[in-house]
Amino acid sequence: MSEKNSYEAGLSSDAVRQPRRVVFITRKVSAKVKEETGPQLMSFPHVILREAIAFQILTIVLVGLALFWDAPLEQLANPLLTPNPAKAPWYFLGLQELLHYFPPLVAGVLLPTLVVLALVVIPYFDVNIEGEPLWAHRGRRQLLIYGGIFAALFVLLALYDAWTVLVPTAVMGALGLVPYFHPASDSRFQKFLGSRPLPWWVMTWFIVVALTLTAVGTFFRGPGWSWVWPWR
Amino acid sequence: MATTAWTHQRLEQLRQTRVWRSIFRRGPARTNRTRSLAVFGNLGLHMMPVKVREKSLSVRATYYLGSISFFLFVVLAITGVLLMFYYHPAVPDAYRDMKDLIYVVSNGVFLRNLHRLAAQAMVVAVFWHMFHVFYRGGYKPPHEFNWVIGVGLLMVTLFLSYTGYLLPWDQLAFWAITVGTNIISYVPVMGRPIRFLLLGGHIIGQNALLRFYVLHCVILPLAAVGLIGMHFWRIQKDGGLTVRDDHE
Repeated sequence: MSEKNSYEAGLSSDAVRQPRRVVFITRKVSAKVKEETGPQLMSFPHVILREAIAFQILTIVLVGLALFWDAPLEQLANPLLTPNPAKAPWYFLGLQELLHYFPPLVAGVLLPTLVVLALVVIPYFDVNIEGEPLWAHRGRRQLLIYGGIFAALFVLLALYDAWTVLVPTAVMGALGLVPYFHPASDSRFQKFLGSRPLPWWVMTWFIVVALTLTAVGTFFRGPGWSWVWPWR
Repeated sequence: MATTAWTHQRLEQLRQTRVWRSIFRRGPARTNRTRSLAVFGNLGLHMMPVKVREKSLSVRATYYLGSISFFLFVVLAITGVLLMFYYHPAVPDAYRDMKDLIYVVSNGVFLRNLHRLAAQAMVVAVFWHMFHVFYRGGYKPPHEFNWVIGVGLLMVTLFLSYTGYLLPWDQLAFWAITVGTNIISYVPVMGRPIRFLLLGGHIIGQNALLRFYVLHCVILPLAAVGLIGMHFWRIQKDGGLTVRDDHE
């Protein structure tokens, strides 16, 4: 019943000098808390001053933009006159683009809910806490799983003709395979890719897809959600 | 130089007055002790840690994205209150108020521009802040729960921006909200009741405008202030910002 802690932590601090956290870690437990040292500064005035400068720069930029960039105002709202296309605010246009491909229950309800849930649980997944690169062991089985997931995703997206999701997914998938086939490359970019862990790949894929969808929904969609070129 | 010395002297005299000392009980912030007191003896600043790691202050560590999000919220609160002086949440008065802001109110266009711009910028800043924290591993223990609060703040930010979108009551506002609220009706079982609750009816009309106005000006800002307070508080309680071992 009285099982001991899987790790024991001790804390010593000196009220006058900078506090030091000392943690003792037993075997089998990943090093979650590392001793952090380094010079410290007093918040007053160092932080306050920097924050004040940041606030001033922000205000100047905002005022400068607001002087010349007018907020749009269209005609009085008219429920009988539907504009074509009717667009949501820009940060929801990615979702609206998804709605174009998938049934509303999936694109409008299921996917956003899953995204929010995924964001919430991120810190509670302790896998790969040390940030090991994706292909650290270059396992063949891992490659098969990776390839299988992407193949399934391709087929699913192609079935729904969701090209604006498929293209960025394909690009990210291909980039993810580069370090597997060229592990010892001299190029700085490939070295960077080779050192990225799995969470980095998943989040970057998500951001690239979200940005693509938002940009397409904002600039490339016209009447009836058809493809238009913004410069035409 | 003489003026500087004179100013210093006057300032010093001011600090010795009984009134000044009743407000700022500590002396001038010249020693580490009084500098600490300046932070934790101040209602506005006491959420901050008294000391921070030098590394966490470098621009590349944060790009000040969290602070910028907060500053944008402050700008939005101020411009928002000013806009409320000129606004009636009624159909079609709301639209006329927009016209008044453009043609009648002094600097009305600038006020509306600033509010709208800061709102767009806040959505961008909050998203960017989240992604930056993710890439730096700022969500890792002991910061897990602060990340969750941050996700909540992202939701509140989006919802704030979205409810504000309807208030001008023009075609852009009306149809953007129509697109959004139609999605809600696809939620299984609860979809239509939720949409009814949000709109105060089956269509986007007077009731919807009033509900969005109250959400935008009272409920969501209060939720944001509460969550921001928790978010800042937890930074200190969780041991300060995440710093990395490698050189920035």
